Amino acid sequence: MNSRRLDFRIIADWIRPQSRVLDLGCGDGTLLDTLARTKKVSGYGLELDDQRVTESIRRGVNVIQTDLDAGLSEFDDHSFDYVILSLTLQAVKYPEQLLREMLRVGTEGIVTFPNFGYWVNRLRLLRGRMPMSRALPHEWYDTPNIHLCTLQDFEDLCRKEKILILESEVVDHEHRRRLGLSLFPNLLGEIALYRFRRA
Amino acid sequence: MKAIPPDSVGLVTPARLRIEQPLVLSSGGVLASYELVYETYGTLNSDHSNAVLICHALSGSHHVAGYHSAEDAKPGWWEQHIGPGKSIDTRRFFVVACNNIGSCYGSTGPASVNPATGRPYGPDFPMVTVRDWVETQARLADALGITQWAAVVGGSLGGMQALRWAIDYPTRLRHAIIIAAAPKLTAQNIAFNEVARQAILTDPDFHGGRFYDHNTEPRRGLRIARMLGHITYLSEDIMRQKFGRDIRGGTLNFDYQVAFEVESYLRHQADTFVGRFDANTYLLMTKALDYFDPAGETDGDLSRALSRVQAASLVLSFTSDWRFPPARSREIVKALHDNDLDVSYAEIKAPHGHDAFLMRVPRYVDIFSAYMERVATA
Repeated sequence: MNSRRLDFRIIADWIRPQSRVLDLGCGDGTLLDTLARTKKVSGYGLELDDQRVTESIRRGVNVIQTDLDAGLSEFDDHSFDYVILSLTLQAVKYPEQLLREMLRVGTEGIVTFPNFGYWVNRLRLLRGRMPMSRALPHEWYDTPNIHLCTLQDFEDLCRKEKILILESEVVDHEHRRRLGLSLFPNLLGEIALYRFRRA
Repeated sequence: MKAIPPDSVGLVTPARLRIEQPLVLSSGGVLASYELVYETYGTLNSDHSNAVLICHALSGSHHVAGYHSAEDAKPGWWEQHIGPGKSIDTRRFFVVACNNIGSCYGSTGPASVNPATGRPYGPDFPMVTVRDWVETQARLADALGITQWAAVVGGSLGGMQALRWAIDYPTRLRHAIIIAAAPKLTAQNIAFNEVARQAILTDPDFHGGRFYDHNTEPRRGLRIARMLGHITYLSEDIMRQKFGRDIRGGTLNFDYQVAFEVESYLRHQADTFVGRFDANTYLLMTKALDYFDPAGETDGDLSRALSRVQAASLVLSFTSDWRFPPARSREIVKALHDNDLDVSYAEIKAPHGHDAFLMRVPRYVDIFSAYMERVATA
C-alpha cells in the first residue's frame, strides 16, 4: 500500500466535491485519480519525471509534463479551486514564488512537507549529523530537498506573504494522526499539511 | 521473398472511394468530384466505436503500415507504431488512413485528370487547406459508417489535422492525438517552405506547373526542396552523430562531387524523392502548412479557437525538434486547458529532431500505448 495514501486522505477531506484542482508534482497520479473518483474533482497534474508522467497517463489522469521551477505562467489567474503541492515544496528552487503562484492560479493552496523540526531530525543534528528520517531518507549529497523548513518557519513565511492558514495537520511518517502530535506538532510531527488562502 | 515480421499488419491493399458530392474549398475553389485512396487495418467492431483515423504529413500517404507486396523493401511510413501489439494495436482498433487530396499517391491531386479539360490539373488544382482535408476525411468516415472516431491521430502536419478535427467536428471524435505539431507556422517555418517553393517554381522544367504536358518534371527544384526539408527534420546533434565530418573515401578530392557523408545522405534523400513525389503536390502541401492557423479566425486567440472542442487530447513533443519545438506544443496544451478540456502532455527526450515522431523511441511507445489503452477503455 502506498504510504502516501493517508496523507492523501486528509487532503481529500479538505477538498470540496466537484472542485477544480491543480496538483503540482502529481507523481503517478494517485491523488488526482482518488479525488476524481471520490470527490468528482477535475483538473490537471504537473509532473517532471518521465516514468511518473507515463504512470499518470496509464491511470487516466490529465498530466502535463513540466518543470515547476519554470513557474505556472501558462495558467490564468483563479483557474482552480485548489492548488496542491504534496511533499514537493522542499524540492523546488523558489518555494516563496511558487506559493505566490499557487494563490494566483488557485483560490486555496494545500501544501504538505516533511517537518525539519521533527525530533528525530533534531537529534541527528545534535549528534553532529545532517538530519535523516523516514520522511527524509536521502544523504545530504544526493538529496533533492534543497529548501527544508519547520512548521514554524513555514508559518512565518505565510505571515510575511500575507497568507491565511485555514487548516493544518501533522502526521507521523505513516501519515497517522497520533496522540501528542497536536500538543507538540513541531517536535512530534513528521509531515505537515496546510490549507491556506490569501489573507 | 523475405518474411513479413509478425508484428506487422502484413499485406495490405489500398481501397478507393469516389465522392460525387462537390467539395467547396476554403480557397473558394470547387472540386466537382474527387477520389480518396485509403487503407484500413484491423476490424471495425459492432458498434463502430473502435475506429482510429491516421492523418499524414507533408510527404506521407495512406500507406501507413504493412506491405503492398512481399517484395516491398519498406513497410508503410508509421510501421513503428501501428500493428498488432504496437502503440496503436490493430488487434483492438480499426485503423483508417486516408491519402489527402492534392497529394500524388492516388487521391485526386494536381497530376489527376481534370474532367473539365481532359488534361492533368497541374496549376489549376485548387489550393487545399487542413480544413478541406478534414472535410474529405469526414466524407470517408460517413462512407465507412463511422459517426465518431475513437481517436484522430497525426504527427507534424498530421497533428494539425487532428487539431482541426477537434475544432470542426467536436462530437465526431473522442480523442485527438497531436504529435510534434504547432498551432501555426512561425516566420522561420514559412521561410523554409518559401525557399523550397522557389526552388521548384524557378526550375525551367516546371513550365508553370504544366510539366506533365512536356513529359518532364522540375527535378532540380524538387531535389533541392527535399534536401532543405531533410535538414529541418534532423537535429544538429543527430546529424553530427550520424555523419559528423566523415569523408567519403577518406580523402578530399577538391571538386564538387560528394565529399562529406552528410552530402551523400541529402543527395540520396533527393534521389529517392524525385520520381515518387509530385512538384505541384509539394507546393500545395507547404502552402497548407503555411496557411494553417485556427486562431486566425478568433483574432489570434487560440483558446477561443478551441472553445468548441470536446475531445480529450494527448499532445506530444520531442526535445530536439527545432522545426516544431516543445514550446509550440505547449501553446496547444495551454489553449486546451484554458477550456478545461482533458489534456495530457509529454515532452519526449529524443535526439532525432522532428523525425523522432516516426521512430520507435521506447518512452514515446510507452506513453503512446498507455494513452491508447485509455482510448480503448473510455
